Amino acid sequence: MALWKPDQTFYPSPKMAMSAPREKLAYVVAFNPDARNGKHDALCVLDLDPGSRTYGQIVGRTEVTGVGDELHHFGWNACSAALCPYAPHPHIERRYLIVPGLRSSRMYVFDTKPDPRSPRIVRVIEPEEIAERTGYSRPHTIHCGPDAIYVSALGTPAGDGPGGIFLLDHESFDVLGRWEVDRGPQYFAYDFWWHLGHDVVVTSEWGTPNMIENGVVPDLLLGGKYGHALHVWDLRRRKHVKSLDIGAENQMVLELRPSHDPTKTYGFAGVVISTKDLSASIWLWDRKGDDWSIRKVIEIPSEPADPAALPPALKPFKAVPPLITDINLSLDDRFLYISCWGTGDFKQYDVSDPYNPKLTGNIRLGGIVSHAAHPRGGALNGAPQMVEMSRDGKRIYFSNSLYGAWDAQFYPEGVKGWVAKVDANPSGGMTLDNEFFIKFEGERPHQIRLEGGDASSDSYCYP
Amino acid sequence: MSGVWPWLAVAALGAYHGIDPSMGWLFAVALGLQEKRSSRVVWALAPIALGHLVSIGVVVAIVASLQTTVAVEWLRPAGALALILFGVFRFLRPRAHPRWVAMRVNFGELALWSFLMASAHGAGLMLFPILLGMNPASAGPHAHHMAAMAHGASAAQAVAVVILHTSAMVAVMGAIALVVYERVGLAILRSAWINLDIIWSGALVAAGVLSFAI
Repeated sequence: MALWKPDQTFYPSPKMAMSAPREKLAYVVAFNPDARNGKHDALCVLDLDPGSRTYGQIVGRTEVTGVGDELHHFGWNACSAALCPYAPHPHIERRYLIVPGLRSSRMYVFDTKPDPRSPRIVRVIEPEEIAERTGYSRPHTIHCGPDAIYVSALGTPAGDGPGGIFLLDHESFDVLGRWEVDRGPQYFAYDFWWHLGHDVVVTSEWGTPNMIENGVVPDLLLGGKYGHALHVWDLRRRKHVKSLDIGAENQMVLELRPSHDPTKTYGFAGVVISTKDLSASIWLWDRKGDDWSIRKVIEIPSEPADPAALPPALKPFKAVPPLITDINLSLDDRFLYISCWGTGDFKQYDVSDPYNPKLTGNIRLGGIVSHAAHPRGGALNGAPQMVEMSRDGKRIYFSNSLYGAWDAQFYPEGVKGWVAKVDANPSGGMTLDNEFFIKFEGERPHQIRLEGGDASSDSYCYP
Repeated sequence: MSGVWPWLAVAALGAYHGIDPSMGWLFAVALGLQEKRSSRVVWALAPIALGHLVSIGVVVAIVASLQTTVAVEWLRPAGALALILFGVFRFLRPRAHPRWVAMRVNFGELALWSFLMASAHGAGLMLFPILLGMNPASAGPHAHHMAAMAHGASAAQAVAVVILHTSAMVAVMGAIALVVYERVGLAILRSAWINLDIIWSGALVAAGVLSFAI
């Protein structure tokens, strides 16, 4: 049923969204790493209300019906993009979470409204339906767009490329079809987001399902065969505009964080690893006039390590790679947060001048070699990975697992799941919340979504 | 229905469309904010008005020509039924709007957008009962051709209806767009944007019922 007034979690601009009330709940997917035991993945609910007796605990858990789905990224059915001027529908509710299984390609739709602490599954989209209508498989990133729900997919049902984007109806959740009209040279897919004020989409590259599902393949990695380009698209005409290749030594361009301000045309992309020196990097894309360009603005070096402390895959290199696996940008486009899943660093950069980021904070938890401890959790494994930030930019939550088959290569002892929290200073700097630590028994948490929206859930059409 | 009332109703409907953010003022404000200049807000008003004018003009022209060929006993219930059915459709599928995805628009594209939005909204359809209720005898010297018809607007009246409706819309739309852009800010959307779709679908049904009675 339509609302009488706009959904109060929608804000015309990112600046206005920063004044949103504090989140009281978070949704986290938990992946069961050993599907052979028949256990299901689940959508968990975290209590984030400091006034609550159960603050900092898992207060809800809804298992999915399948086994071995590998729940990964997910997103809302509707967000602030519903206020966009050319196709406004502000009386829709932010209510449903669209949760794909990255391995099974099954998608679950959860209704969070009747009881926010106990979301229920209201629809299951089977992989066959997605394959038949789009030709795609392995759904990944979800963004609520101005006219539909956009979903990226890593490849085809056979596990090859091309991957791309498909659309879901934002009311019925029916699979509408493949988004691209002209994909040009684009073949790999992973993340995507847009500059709504400029009708521009940007997509990134990981690898095809066959290149990732049995773990990272050293020959492909050292041969520079994983993705190393961004693609710029015309959102309206669904056409490829330009590839921004950053060189084959920069392997796996994953997370994209365009400026939230829709009048701007720059954004940040995280690159997992350089085959030259194992460093990780952040790249800035921007448009000057009509021309798109990209440059490296942050490089994080690898750290020398005793081979005895390294997993087999890294022993020959005698170093820990930082492995940038996730990034997040505050709604005022001022602070960029970077997860280094290899070393265990969680970094804060002031990117007020996006061309000259300044390091303003660093916290280490877990890590392949350091196993840095949390006061409430002791020595940790895994490391800061999926990162999510409150809309006011003051609270940051992160989980520690990456992807089942890859967890096993970098943390062969088995990633033990946890979620931690950091408090950010509005003028720069951050501190670990020593009291907040949530442990997951036998499961691995991945993406975190905050009630009412967060720093990567919404898109805005007004500055 | 005679005298000044039909004209007031035509103007009021235009004003209503001017208030509705999805009919254009919000797009005008967005373009101004995107380019950081109020002249862009003003620029947007003309194509939006043109698209709206063409959309309702098509409906008004159809109704006006049908009046000369179809007996009013048939035209009235047909139009009334169309209004009611469209109102029910708008209520059941409020988001069956054109899937337009483009912020960067030129004059022609913005006019096309406005035409699509007004048409999907049934903006012109709403004028049907008013046109039907007009008395052609009061329409000036050229009205005598149509004087034989018991009801309905003359061609000159039809043109006047389209111009008056669109003018009222542009006046209200322009005022709101500039006040929101210069002073109020878009935060007002969160509190003031009531669900006009529900009101509008109810109004369509009511106008349909009323058409039977006129």
